[in-house]
Amino acid sequence: MNRSQIDVAAVRERHPHHFGGLRQEQRTLALVAAALIALLLMGMAYLGFFDVKTLRGVTKLGEVALLMLPPDPGSWAHFQLYFWALVETVSIALLGTLTAAVLALPLGLLAARNVTASRILRFLTRRSLDTIRSVDILVWALIWISVVGLGPFAGVLAFATSDIGSFGKLFAEAIEAADRKPVEGIVSTGGGKLLGVRFGILPEVFPVLASQLLYYFESNTRWASVLGVVGAGGIGLHLAEAIRVLELQQASFIILMILITVALIDVVSNRLRFALIGRRVRTA
Amino acid sequence: MSSPIVQLPEAQLRPLLAGYEATVRSRRWHTLLIFAAVVVAMGLSSISAEVSLPTLVDKIGNFTGYIGRLFHLDSGRGVWTDPVEWYWGLGRWLRLLGETLVMAYVGTALGAIGAFFLSFLAATNVTPNRWLSVAVRRFCEFCRTVPGLVFALMFVIAFGLGPMAGVLAVAIHTLGTLVKLFSEVVENIDPKPVEGVSSTGAAWHVAMRFGALPQVLSGFVSYTLLRFEINVRESAVLGFVGAGGIGMDLFEAIRKFYYSDVSAILVMIVITVALIDSATSLIRHRLLGLMDNHG
Repeated sequence: MNRSQIDVAAVRERHPHHFGGLRQEQRTLALVAAALIALLLMGMAYLGFFDVKTLRGVTKLGEVALLMLPPDPGSWAHFQLYFWALVETVSIALLGTLTAAVLALPLGLLAARNVTASRILRFLTRRSLDTIRSVDILVWALIWISVVGLGPFAGVLAFATSDIGSFGKLFAEAIEAADRKPVEGIVSTGGGKLLGVRFGILPEVFPVLASQLLYYFESNTRWASVLGVVGAGGIGLHLAEAIRVLELQQASFIILMILITVALIDVVSNRLRFALIGRRVRTA
Repeated sequence: MSSPIVQLPEAQLRPLLAGYEATVRSRRWHTLLIFAAVVVAMGLSSISAEVSLPTLVDKIGNFTGYIGRLFHLDSGRGVWTDPVEWYWGLGRWLRLLGETLVMAYVGTALGAIGAFFLSFLAATNVTPNRWLSVAVRRFCEFCRTVPGLVFALMFVIAFGLGPMAGVLAVAIHTLGTLVKLFSEVVENIDPKPVEGVSSTGAAWHVAMRFGALPQVLSGFVSYTLLRFEINVRESAVLGFVGAGGIGMDLFEAIRKFYYSDVSAILVMIVITVALIDSATSLIRHRLLGLMDNHG
């Protein structure tokens, strides 16, 4: 059908709002988009995206990428070294996550509206959790390094402190989302507040907490592999060293090992998560 | 007040009770087994991670001491007594903090623009080619799994010390995460508008523009804003490997034990992050309202 067959004037008469040009909201949106793009270009100019140096950097990046192939640990001894460092990395993530979860559970209860009646207590708990969370894990790692010295233990402590913030908040939210009726049932049979929490709330939220724990374990393994960059143990130390002395084939081999480990943990934790919570809450 | 409880006859009750007890026992064993497995795993990993509780007990005083020293000036007075002395480097820190924000913004924007185009290729329901979709997905998985700090280390080799390395690291990591989230949004759209546009003979990109885009835009914007918040935090520490921003000064202050500087910079970062968080959530609600009105 070509255009001449359509009576444009009649269509215009029937649907005037489709021909009215830009409306107020659309104009605002267009303005916002233009401002955002202008800001982006200004930012790029400020950071030196349009300098000649950047072009040279891109070619150099290509060379670096070529130097990384093929991944090669160098020697069997190196491979063993990296393997045990990777085990250490996973250990750091596991211990840190579990410790944080154990410490965060009481805090989560304190921050939950349906458990803690005192508004001030709840407010204080929440604000402290927020503060802990907004300090980066690398900063915590550096602080713990100056307390217990270089090594993986500092990494464990860093995860344990940093994740208290996240877990406390997530746990509190999970507890607040719990059904109120089991607690009422227990209280109505004469059970106290503590028993209500133990038998009414905890059985309901445990699967959710466990699935969050598994999720964090997985993402912490990823993070644990960079903690070594600041000296908190694990594979990151070797990775940063390999990159700094330009042993790029070893660096890419380490990255490959990390990728495989994370993928394995992903598969295992998905299995565990499904076993724990069943198929009904997929992304709790 | 007692109400008569109907008792089942003994013969009927016994198998029921036995069944109940068996269930409880098996669940107890189950829990115990999981508990034992966790304890064993923790024991093994604490050997590997060189955990030593005596050291911790010994040195825990250092930790509280450290936190305490953070809030004291060199002269030994509290930081709150002399804010001018505490924030002696305010001008420089503000500039670096601004640089961090620019890094986060440019990194997020570049990553989001890339993810916008790639996500339509990656989404299984609208992809023009199944192999292309798999390739894009694998690539983004790679970008997502390698930590941003590792990318930053590598870009520092290529581009030298400075914010450029940081921006690219943020952009690549953002690309990886956003393609995953965006393509999930695209996979959840109603296919009918796309089919309608395609049935008029429109090309693939036109079908995407008029069939899919109006449905996904608000989801895209909201994920991008969330990512921006995360990127602000991440850019603040990229300086640890020399990739620009406030992290460089923070790292130096921690390493050289300039305690009051550490707390000054940390307080600045915490406040900035909190401000950005509330600003983006405000914008998100506004923008979504605006889009819903006209969509």
